Amino acid sequence: MKTKPDETADTQDTFRAERPENRRISRGSDPEVSESRPAPRVKSADQPEKKQPPLSRRQREFLEQERRHRTNVRIVRVMMLVLLLALWELFASFGVIDAFIFSSPSRIAACFLRMSRDGSIFLHTGVTLLETLVSFGLVVVIATAAAMLLWISRSLAEILEPYLVMLNSLPKSAMAPLLIVWLGNNMRTIIVAAVSVAVFGSILTLYTGFRQTDPDKIRLIASLGGTRRDVLLKVLIPSSVPLIISNMKVNVGLCLVGVIIGEFLSARAGLGYLIIYASQVLSRVHILTRLHIVLFLGLPNFHLLTLQAHDNISLI
Amino acid sequence: MKEKLQVKDLSYAYHELSGETPALSHISFDVEDGEFLAVVGPSGCGKSTLLSLLCGLLEPEEGAVLIDGIPREKSRAVIGYMLQRDHLFEWRTILSNVSLGLEIQKRLDSAAKEELRQMLTAYGLGAFQQARPSQLSGGMRQRAALIRTLALKPDILLLDEPFSALDYQTRLSVCDDISSILRARKKTAVLITHDLSEAISVADRILVLSGRPGRVKSVLKIEFAPEYDRPLARRNALEFSAYFNQLWKELRTDEDKT
Ligand SMILES: Nc1ncnc2c1ncn2[C@@H]1O[C@H](COP(=O)(O)OP(=O)(O)OP(=O)(O)O)[C@@H](O)[C@H]1O
Ligand SMILES: [Mg+2]
Repeated sequence: MKTKPDETADTQDTFRAERPENRRISRGSDPEVSESRPAPRVKSADQPEKKQPPLSRRQREFLEQERRHRTNVRIVRVMMLVLLLALWELFASFGVIDAFIFSSPSRIAACFLRMSRDGSIFLHTGVTLLETLVSFGLVVVIATAAAMLLWISRSLAEILEPYLVMLNSLPKSAMAPLLIVWLGNNMRTIIVAAVSVAVFGSILTLYTGFRQTDPDKIRLIASLGGTRRDVLLKVLIPSSVPLIISNMKVNVGLCLVGVIIGEFLSARAGLGYLIIYASQVLSRVHILTRLHIVLFLGLPNFHLLTLQAHDNISLI
Repeated sequence: MKEKLQVKDLSYAYHELSGETPALSHISFDVEDGEFLAVVGPSGCGKSTLLSLLCGLLEPEEGAVLIDGIPREKSRAVIGYMLQRDHLFEWRTILSNVSLGLEIQKRLDSAAKEELRQMLTAYGLGAFQQARPSQLSGGMRQRAALIRTLALKPDILLLDEPFSALDYQTRLSVCDDISSILRARKKTAVLITHDLSEAISVADRILVLSGRPGRVKSVLKIEFAPEYDRPLARRNALEFSAYFNQLWKELRTDEDKT
């Protein structure tokens, strides 16, 4: 086949120059992300010589610029945290804000140290983390499965949609006492509460996303002799990966909220339990310490997911 | 010659709550075995709908489609359909994109994969097997889409403006290549196009459709001396401009009426 030779050669060159280097970046900064790239692996086996081309000057400049950008973002992020903590500490010690209500970083650190000496903080954090992860996993599985079911049956979707909207807007914290009576005073209640906070909105979001699949892509599968199952596996799910991931990001937060609500009401361990316990003995420092742990629990999850989402979006 | 594809009195309308859109009305034509038929007509006259009906994505409201004399739904003939846009999936590599059809039909073994590799190489995509579609130029994507269609070894090929996304130069050469490939393999093909000279340069016959709802306006037989067998060569033949004027007139009379 003879197309213009220069065109092919040209695209090929940039292709050679860019791919391996892009991968080097992502491998350097977060190893687990580059693990999630399935396809390019095969290539390295087929054409190993493609991996060591000399980089052009512009490409090197571009990479350098990208690297600088990433470093800057990281530095500013950390500096912002330091600045906020410093301001907080200063305001508290100079009495600009009431240290009794708002506490201060140093008091929180002291409290954290005290609690970590007897190990109680780790137990409670661990319990909350476990509950959050379990309910998060359940939400992802249930929501994805339900959204697919709705996509498969249009009638079912139309029948159930108002109910889902209603369930989603129901205040779950109001329902929690009911759950305790029903399921007892245990971890099951907490997980059900957390799942109920996140799952309905998640189903609605995913279903709306699924419905926006390009009808022509579905026609393509049909013209190749595929069934609805093929459409589901080969178009719907892969094309919805970014959506599913961004939805997961929201869900981590919601699940944590749900778990804390559940623990407020029916727990013998966990951060929510600690907060309630502390508020009964009115120790703001305690409450704040726990609140911060709650915050930090959320952060790494979020960060992980952002990285993954970033990687997947660049893939798709 | 034997009729490969027979279309008998085909009608189709799209139904929506807001109303009905008649797309095709009483279409009849035949395509012989190994023949290359081009379909031209104004935009929106139902050309894409016609191909969807031919390959069974839509069920005709009236009329029938016969393949080798048997109703389409009973026939075991394989029909390849190349859609108006390439629809390569960005989450797959080029190689796994072109193997999509075989994968769906569970016919993808290592021999088939090897054959696909060879096809990719033959069509100038050998170095891009593991690339993502966004790394390819428009013409390369079209070729990948064609390989995806040909991989199923179709008896009949339906092409919906396969070259419309290409720049003129690439378009001429890709069109020349593809039609030579199809002729060499003696495929029966139906090609939709907006480009009259493209239709004349590749087709054995041209079906002219009227504006919506599409009706068969006329059928033009295209004959060139054997030395003008390739599309690019046909463009140099004397008869070319005569055919062009004739086709232009057929389409124009349609416009004047509406
Ligand atoms: N899914 C659909 N639902 C409702 N109406 C449709 C649908 N698809 C097409 N139509 C209508 O049917 C008519 C024929 O559409 P079709 O896509 O077959 O035209 P076409 O000849 O391929 O046009 P073009 O040359 O622009 O591709 C159009 O007027 C369009 O409005
Ligand atoms: Mg069309």
